[in-house]
Amino acid sequence: MNSPEQRRRQRILIADDSEMNRSILADMLGEEYDILEAEDGVKAVAALQKYRAEIDLVLLDIVMPEMDGFEVLTLMNQQGWIEDIPVIMITAETAPAHVERAYNLGATDFINRPFNAIVVHRRVVNTTLLYAKQKKLVGMVADQIYEKERQSSLMIDILSHTVEFRNGESGQHVLHIRTLTELFLQHLALKTDRYPLTQADIRLISTASTLHDIGKISIPGAVINKPGRLTQEEFEIMKTHTTVGSDMMDNLPSHQQDPLVKVARSICRWHHERWDGRGYPDGLKGDEIPISAQIVALADVYDALTSPRVYKPAIPHSKAVEMILDGQCGVFNPLLMECLTEMAPKLPEEMGGDTGDRVSRMEMRSVADELHRHEELSASERTLQLLEHERMKFSFFAAMSKEIQFEYTVVPPMITLNTWGANRLGLKETVMDPIHSESVLHIMDAGTMASLSQALQATSPAQPVVKFDCRTRIGEEDRWTRIIARATWSSDEPPQYTGAIGKAIDIHDSRMKLDTLERMASHDNLTGLLNHASARERIIARMEDEPGSRFAMAIIDLDHFKSANDTYGHIFGDNVLRFLAAKLCESIRGGDIAARVGGDEFLLFLEYRGDARPIISRIFNALTSCSFENFPISISMGVARTAVVGTDYETLFNAADQALYAVKRSGRGRYRFYDEGMRKMFSAISPIDGAEGGDEYKGEDGILL
Amino acid sequence: MTLQECYAALDGDFAGVSGRLPSEKFIQKYVLKFLDDGSFDLLLQSMETENWEEAFRAAHTIKGMCQNLDFTRLYRSSSALSEALRHGVTPEAPGLLEQVRADYGQTVEAIRAFREGLGA
Repeated sequence: MNSPEQRRRQRILIADDSEMNRSILADMLGEEYDILEAEDGVKAVAALQKYRAEIDLVLLDIVMPEMDGFEVLTLMNQQGWIEDIPVIMITAETAPAHVERAYNLGATDFINRPFNAIVVHRRVVNTTLLYAKQKKLVGMVADQIYEKERQSSLMIDILSHTVEFRNGESGQHVLHIRTLTELFLQHLALKTDRYPLTQADIRLISTASTLHDIGKISIPGAVINKPGRLTQEEFEIMKTHTTVGSDMMDNLPSHQQDPLVKVARSICRWHHERWDGRGYPDGLKGDEIPISAQIVALADVYDALTSPRVYKPAIPHSKAVEMILDGQCGVFNPLLMECLTEMAPKLPEEMGGDTGDRVSRMEMRSVADELHRHEELSASERTLQLLEHERMKFSFFAAMSKEIQFEYTVVPPMITLNTWGANRLGLKETVMDPIHSESVLHIMDAGTMASLSQALQATSPAQPVVKFDCRTRIGEEDRWTRIIARATWSSDEPPQYTGAIGKAIDIHDSRMKLDTLERMASHDNLTGLLNHASARERIIARMEDEPGSRFAMAIIDLDHFKSANDTYGHIFGDNVLRFLAAKLCESIRGGDIAARVGGDEFLLFLEYRGDARPIISRIFNALTSCSFENFPISISMGVARTAVVGTDYETLFNAADQALYAVKRSGRGRYRFYDEGMRKMFSAISPIDGAEGGDEYKGEDGILL
Repeated sequence: MTLQECYAALDGDFAGVSGRLPSEKFIQKYVLKFLDDGSFDLLLQSMETENWEEAFRAAHTIKGMCQNLDFTRLYRSSSALSEALRHGVTPEAPGLLEQVRADYGQTVEAIRAFREGLGA
């Protein structure tokens, strides 16, 4: 059988900014150890973060850039790494203050420059041997504790099942009670601080809950297994199982101070007490009843209702909950009733999980047994090997894929990038305190970073994945990037956000394509103005956003357009339309909207203050006082104001349309505002230019009705 | 030129280094490697740009290498310079830099001569 030391070569991290010093040390130790090198403190921390338990020794220089040796030691203390990883300081700094500070921070030993090959070798060997033995012992103790826990929970299982079988129950009852007790306790601990419940307490109470009915061992079988209703006398006998149970615990020859025994005693004695004092055997009230017994009582009632018994069939879950809430099984702590109500929808599903849980526990045991049979591989050693294998797989795939991958940890605040990603972003592979790093902020601004961080922290352990699109600056280019990240949560209760892993994908090109498509769909091809549908959308949105503002809508018709087309051809006609579109754009302000709504019809939508007339007049004059290649531009324009007709889009549009019709009727080349008198007129959209025959260009200021 | 003669030329302690490091071949490897080290250039550059912190680290690195290789002369001057820069610049620093420059020149010259002898 091999010893663990021989199976895995021990690994030493050398952190020193001088390449020559690292190289000399590596040369002295490389034959026996795997060597990792770090040229500054940040890289040393990154290596520790990455390899953690696989580093057997750190040789640490004091004077280093980025983060000096003392800072690395301090961080190793904060992270608790110093407990498992020995550190030997390499230094020429012999000042007592330095030596003392390093020892206080947990350094194991010193190697002074100049290096003496024999001394270096001996110190390293001594320290690694010592720690390897310690690690092995820790591993053995952990394995032993695991084995002991396994055995004692097995004993409890056997004991409680014995009682169960005698009671003629299914054998599932104790399992159910344990699961229910644990579920209720977890929920209660999340909900309130009223009962101080640690995870260890919850485990203890759940284990002890299986002993709740142990006193039934003293009840005659004829009473316990009687199919019909118990007589008053029989019931009095039945009730004694509570006091008998607690007496059994009290009379144990030893272990009476054991927490498990104490909790089990409370549960045995008081799991039939009720909140209102009407339970038995002691008639305790409210929180006089220990919370452990209160919860087991609730679990017991729920399971008794939902399981078949000799004297009754099983009652469905929802009915059982209803009966309990209704007080049909006695009065319970109102807080527990809240818990039950909140948990009720998911309870059957989670209860169903207990058999699965049991299977996986059994699987775990058989794996553990397997490990024990192959003695050369202890559980902790095997975990390390699996870890190493996973890491190898991960770094291989990370190196193959051309994408930016990252890992972020909150403590220490640090981001680690894969090599390809770091090159692409022009960052180092490890960046400390990225939220305040200038080079990182250059790529992603503080606001974006804050929203990403918020999105990650808003996830839950059950749904930890975030998809986040944002603008980033990569190289000297602004690019759209999609970040897909998985928040990492600790296994504490409640879970703590510890960081994230993820990747960043360049979606710039596809995003730009989408933008172009959107633009094409919303704009008129010929003139580049908005089309009618998208103008309508924006106008409605604008009026909703600013309900207090005054808006005017103008519909503009190019006079004599048909004759221009006929005389000069369609290409010329198109150019006239483009020319007018450009003129429209020039004559309006930033927030205004211009669109082409039909062949030679355009629409303007603008905000005004006070009186609309001066603006409309200015626009009309700007559009009519010009010509395109000797074709004089003449327009007819109908205007409607929200102040007159309100902000319903269709009403506004129809009003402007009717005003336009009135202009055409009265001889074109003018503009008019809509007023009530026009209400009955027909739409001007349909008549074709020239259909009414012989119109002359009038070219003067509009008239106002 | 033997390695021992090289040490004499750069005013180092050959007996001392031979006692500490495993073999002559080992020592020779790092003596030659000394030529490739960029710390001296970094030192000059950071003194020029008045980056005293960086200058301190560069002097400190030179000191460390000299200590490991027992380059006694250059060790003394680089050690003095790094002390003069430990808490920012001091009035002595420029003078000490000149001493380091002279000693570094002497050291590098001796190693180069030794290297040429190897090539022949």
